[in-house]
Amino acid sequence: MAMKLPRKDVVVIGLGWAGAIIANELTDEGLDVVAVERGPWRDTARDFNIATAADELRYNQRQELMVRPAQSAITVRNNISQTALPMRNWGSFHPGNGTGGAGNHWAGITFRFGPDDFRLKSYLTEKYGAAAMPEELTLQDWGTDWAEMEPYYASFDRLAGISGKAGNLNGVIQEGGNPFEGPRSEEYPTKPMKQPYGPTLFAEAARKLGYKPFPVPSALLSEAYTNPLGVTMGPCTFCGFCTNYGCANYSKASAITTVLPALVRKSNFTAVTNSEVLRVTLDRSGTRATGVVYVDSSGQEWEQPADLVVVSAFTFENVRLMLLSGVGKPYDPVSNTGTTGRNYCYQTANGVQLFFDDKNFNSFIGGGAVGMGIDEFNNDNFDHSGLGFFGGGSIRVTPIGAAPIASRPTPPGTPRWGSKWKSETQKAYLSTMSIGCEASSYATRGNHLSLDPTYTDRLGRPLLRVTFDFPENDLKMAQYCTSRVGEIARAMGPRQVVERPMKGHWNTVPYQSSHVVGGFVMGTNPTTSSVNKYLQTWDVPNLFVVGASAFPQNPGYNPTGTAAALAFKAADAIRNLYLKAPGALVPA
Amino acid sequence: MSRTALLALAVVTGLTGTAFAGDQTDFVTVERGRYLAVLGDCAACHTAPGGKPFAGGVPIETPFGRLVGANITPDRETGIGDWSLDEFQRAMSEGVAKGGYHLYGAMPYTAYTKVTAADNAALFAYLKTLDPVHNEVETNQLPFPFNIRLSLFGWNLLNFTKGEYVPDPKRDAEWNRGAYIVEGLAHCGTCHTPKNALGGDKAGEALRGNVVDGWLAPDITGNGHAGIGKWTADELVAYMKDGANRYDIASGPMAEVVEKSSSQWTDADLKAVATYLKSLDGAPAAPPAPLAATDPRMVAGRAIYEDRCSGCHVGTGEGITGLFPKLAAAPLVNNADASSLIRVVLAGSRAGTTDARPTGPSMPAFAWNLKDEDVANLLTYVRSSWGNAAPPVKVEAVHELRGELQP
Repeated sequence: MAMKLPRKDVVVIGLGWAGAIIANELTDEGLDVVAVERGPWRDTARDFNIATAADELRYNQRQELMVRPAQSAITVRNNISQTALPMRNWGSFHPGNGTGGAGNHWAGITFRFGPDDFRLKSYLTEKYGAAAMPEELTLQDWGTDWAEMEPYYASFDRLAGISGKAGNLNGVIQEGGNPFEGPRSEEYPTKPMKQPYGPTLFAEAARKLGYKPFPVPSALLSEAYTNPLGVTMGPCTFCGFCTNYGCANYSKASAITTVLPALVRKSNFTAVTNSEVLRVTLDRSGTRATGVVYVDSSGQEWEQPADLVVVSAFTFENVRLMLLSGVGKPYDPVSNTGTTGRNYCYQTANGVQLFFDDKNFNSFIGGGAVGMGIDEFNNDNFDHSGLGFFGGGSIRVTPIGAAPIASRPTPPGTPRWGSKWKSETQKAYLSTMSIGCEASSYATRGNHLSLDPTYTDRLGRPLLRVTFDFPENDLKMAQYCTSRVGEIARAMGPRQVVERPMKGHWNTVPYQSSHVVGGFVMGTNPTTSSVNKYLQTWDVPNLFVVGASAFPQNPGYNPTGTAAALAFKAADAIRNLYLKAPGALVPA
Repeated sequence: MSRTALLALAVVTGLTGTAFAGDQTDFVTVERGRYLAVLGDCAACHTAPGGKPFAGGVPIETPFGRLVGANITPDRETGIGDWSLDEFQRAMSEGVAKGGYHLYGAMPYTAYTKVTAADNAALFAYLKTLDPVHNEVETNQLPFPFNIRLSLFGWNLLNFTKGEYVPDPKRDAEWNRGAYIVEGLAHCGTCHTPKNALGGDKAGEALRGNVVDGWLAPDITGNGHAGIGKWTADELVAYMKDGANRYDIASGPMAEVVEKSSSQWTDADLKAVATYLKSLDGAPAAPPAPLAATDPRMVAGRAIYEDRCSGCHVGTGEGITGLFPKLAAAPLVNNADASSLIRVVLAGSRAGTTDARPTGPSMPAFAWNLKDEDVANLLTYVRSSWGNAAPPVKVEAVHELRGELQP
């Protein structure tokens, strides 16, 4: 039996980027906010000590920062004809846990989506005609646009101190930046990162081919920065223990390095950690959220009543909580009805490896977002007429730091063990680099999220079931874009080029990307979306669901910057619209 | 203040059973008393972590043994509920408690004697408004013979000069306000002034640095080498108010002082204190010559620094403002005593936090992977590089502090 706690103004679920941003904004508004986080409180000083943070076995191999599958697993299948099985080890993606969430172990690449991404279906239809749209795709507009989003992107850039070089300032193209980006209202808060040898060589080659290379926008900071909350970050040291690790140098922006030190000082904020929300509670009409029920680490259940409920966990947990709480109608791919679980998308990860004889890249130098990229083959920056697919990818060289266990590049044909393998890894370690292409993932009718009928978690609740496979559209796109990357690679003069476009069926074993998006998407139509453009649920006006779960499809960019911008957008809507007139902000 | 509010206050005090005559209970006086309690950081010794405000119980380790901060809530049995203002005044100005027994110098009456009677009255009025907390505290936990309070009579003869602060007519009001705070309620000298064998202040060496509980409370005089002479008044104010300036970040016991006390001082008081401290003469002796870069200790220390320290404090010792302290030309680094430096290398440390600087960065502990000799060489290198000049650190000093830090 749940013990009932005193009412709060707001309960926030999850203290990653989205939850921390919203809790901070709403406490600024004077509201009494409690945040419930399923994992531990994490703190740079205690948890990411410089003497122990660079531990590949602990963080990369044993995945200490990810949620334990025993606590929260998912089941997976490629299509509805299969029976899903649970993932017992994280492979394809890395859901986080604890304060900071996946934002602790992220790479830090902080793109904004393109202006056309927010009205993708309309844009492509207008340009190429409805007939050109591949039949399998269920693309949708977001119900918002660049003009609405830009101020929130800028807010996030300032909060996180993002390093980079603007390519488009108020409509004026800037030398050295990404000329394809949407017009920014201001330059990046901190200057671009210095570039190691690999990205430098890539940029030179790309420039010679007529492309416009730019420094990858980075949440690993190039210089010391104090954000508007007064929290200070330091310059990245290129230590190489970055993606999958917490940052010991206060250099990688995360909720714990930018928001929580200020938030936790506020008397109207409370964090409840190691406590997992079981469900959002609704009144009898099902149109008003009354709070949440959570279970603490001792197994005690607590009911936390609140006037406003903000669900801001990872994509998987956002959707699962909505399914478990009965918010929205579950999506059914057969009848193509329902919204909760709809338009689940991923990211199409492609790569090209370059083996040199005469180069030393000092591959141990790096960081998750240190690098140079080009955008000529992303979005609709190239003409898709007659290509038979839409979408594209962000092409870039971002050496994350080649750690000794995981980074043993060898050319194809090398044995997987033994003396030949050893000599090849010795030869290749310093002289190998790769070019990545983080590419779009477009929605189909079949790819979706639902509750698993068989497998449950330790509390007896159904696990979330992922039904996903790569659409034909995305595989064609992967082939095309990876071939373009291969051309650049060959221009760099390596001994051998190995192209690795995404092929075949989605496989959960090799890590690809943690960019799982959609399932509770934003839009203009309640029959095909779950939340309006303010991230407010259509059916329950005092319930906001925030995060990458709101993306109707995923462009060829990393999602964190947009997820965080949406958090600012939702907070702004609550502060300036909802509190003045509680109720539906967009008529259904 | 409105009549209604005054009435309400009168009712509240009436209910707690504490009645005052005249204007001692007026809001302005009580509020001034609250501020004075912050200025004096009374909570440091009288509010236990997690305990009720001013209910006592904070242990204070002295070279002579343990003393414990008293309960100063208005509880009649275990606090100061049955004290009169005169008795409170006598405790502050003479170190003599109700009942006539002598207080130990850990209650810094040697400084509080400078506090004006009017300020004591305000402080007392404030303390009387606190919730009375029944909490018996055995303040005197010293071993024999120091537990004999009669010995304090002789101690006072040697180490105590009674009397309110007398303004220096040759100085302006700001300087005098600074002196009044530093020498009086803020009792800076309790930690920062070198002590004689009896634990009294060494004559003529006010605020020139002193080791307390394994930490160096550094020289805070206007000495340009080991003191804060190079800091501007604004930088000194920033340190006290925000906990950090472009040189340094408060950690250890000073972090607590900033968090509980100086971050809440008025800007005028901060400025006054800065003005006063910068005017103080430091030690007259010339700084020592730095060691040659070729000295084997310097060579070894440099290698360790570049490997372990330069990632944060950077190769030139400049640090990162607000995050990693600047080591070049840092007063703390240039103090003759290296206790705090050894301590933070061995045990690590965490910066204090304020609303202005909430980050709270930390220095990791290196006791587990640097030997005594490594720590000594490292600090010797830091203390003779980038314009720094301070005596080399002895291996024995590291060994001794390591022993003290072992649980």
